[in-house]
Amino acid sequence: MTPQNPTNKKVISLQNVTKRYADETVVSKVNFTIQSGECVVLVGHNGAGKTTLMKLMLGLTRPTSGKVKVLDSNPAFSSTIAQHRTLGYLPESVAFYEAMTGREVLAFYAQLKGASRTDCENLLEVVGLADAARRRVGTYSKGMRQRLGLAQAMLGNPQLLFLDEPTTGLDPLLRQQFYELIDALHKEGATSVISSHALNEVEARASRFIIMKTGRVVASGTLDELYQQAALPVRLKVTVTPGEAASVADRLGPETRIGEVNHQTLNLSCFNGDKMPLIRRITELGDVVNDLQILPPRLDEVYSHFMNGEPS
Amino acid sequence: MKISGLKILGILAMKELRDGLRNRWIAAAIIVLGTLALVLSLLGSAPTGSIKASAMDISVISLASLSVYLIPLIALMLSFDALVGEFERGTMMLLLTYPVTRWQVIMGKFLGHVLILFIAIFAGYGGAMLILALFTDASLEGWQAYVSMMSSSLALGAIFIALGYLVSVLVKERATAAGTAIGLWLVFVVLYDLVLFGTLLIDEGQLIGQQLFSMLMLISPTDTYRILNLSMFDGVSQAAGIAGVASEAGMSSTLLISIMLLWIIVPLAATLMVFQKREL
Repeated sequence: MTPQNPTNKKVISLQNVTKRYADETVVSKVNFTIQSGECVVLVGHNGAGKTTLMKLMLGLTRPTSGKVKVLDSNPAFSSTIAQHRTLGYLPESVAFYEAMTGREVLAFYAQLKGASRTDCENLLEVVGLADAARRRVGTYSKGMRQRLGLAQAMLGNPQLLFLDEPTTGLDPLLRQQFYELIDALHKEGATSVISSHALNEVEARASRFIIMKTGRVVASGTLDELYQQAALPVRLKVTVTPGEAASVADRLGPETRIGEVNHQTLNLSCFNGDKMPLIRRITELGDVVNDLQILPPRLDEVYSHFMNGEPS
Repeated sequence: MKISGLKILGILAMKELRDGLRNRWIAAAIIVLGTLALVLSLLGSAPTGSIKASAMDISVISLASLSVYLIPLIALMLSFDALVGEFERGTMMLLLTYPVTRWQVIMGKFLGHVLILFIAIFAGYGGAMLILALFTDASLEGWQAYVSMMSSSLALGAIFIALGYLVSVLVKERATAAGTAIGLWLVFVVLYDLVLFGTLLIDEGQLIGQQLFSMLMLISPTDTYRILNLSMFDGVSQAAGIAGVASEAGMSSTLLISIMLLWIIVPLAATLMVFQKREL
């Protein structure tokens, strides 16, 4: 989703940020800025450094080198109250005080954020935990914990959201509701950073993607920009008069990349820049062509291109 | 809405207190302390012997001797898990993304745990004393000595809560914290005195003079607690047979109380310093 009123205020900036643990570099020379109102999705496989990047932005851990700035202050261990008041975080595997009930847990966090009791009850309702609110968190299923995690992240109308793989363990309906919640916050100008290991799920929401691989940013940009950067071939599926497929293939000539040829279909591919000339050549073939389908590269292909390719 | 730092401390402390109530921790501690106090006091009120010590004074002596063992144990059990448990489970990470500072987390927990101990000691020992007061008549000084014994027991507990936090912030696993806490208890409550008095016996006053011995006693928080309780009130010190010993050795109650406070402040400050640097 593109923000409604993009203001050019820098909310987060990372300059040359590297994080090393003992003998392992988890995040390596990462640079990016996030403007207010953006919904940025960090994409990458497990261990790509998404969680560490979030912890760096949250000030839970310190960069080995480089600078992290969140809301104009260095988050590392400063815990300025103003910063946290409007911040919501959902950790990757969220843990709660097991002996407390769902309602008690949420009420505890609400108190710390200065959110009201009605806020709590509303959120319990929204995430579908109202009926289980009197039960101990220890008895909750993984999905219920995740929902409670979402509820606590949404407390007090956060202006800056960090969600680490937020929809794992959620059923499709709740997933939908969850994205509606995020959308609503975005309409009020909230900024969010979401990590995910799948591109397609967050496709419609994200204003920008940052693709990570073994601690490095391998690509970033809007979906269109990623398509361009990936320069993956466009595929065309041509349906011709039955039996004519082979002759059509001959007539298209050797400069056309032809994949599978069936009785009446041909699968062609070409780079984006060559697409229009190829379509013209196909239409010039006349009535023998019954149908033409253009299949742009799928999102998961773009993703695997960046994941399997060399880091740029 | 602005939340004051004090309110945050209150919220964090109340959470610990509620935890203590929920898992019956406080109830169990009250019962243990109350029963022991009652039994010791009833036993103590019988054989007063020729010294004619009051039942209250005897209670103070026997309870102080018991508390030296029991209170540190209870305090360590409360505190060893306080930080490492939250690191291990992952609840600390989430908590620190809330508008709380790290010192508020430590101090909030500390206040909560001290409050738990306060309730356990004053309800347990205090309750037993009220029952005892029905059977015996106690002097005002006896009451004062008893209340001061309860207060210093709380301080002793606070010392071991602070020490427990230091263990909790330093180790990597809960099991290690539990083991270290037991070790800490053994050293401060049993071994230190054993070694000190053993050395004293072997030494026969050759190297360890009065001065050095006093100093060595004052290093241990449990000995400081013992001396404080046995020497602060005349009735008690006479009954304990050590009248005037402490003051002769230059141990004023101000000094003793200051030492105990130092034993609270130093481990807490060290815990905070380690915690501030800790990455999650």
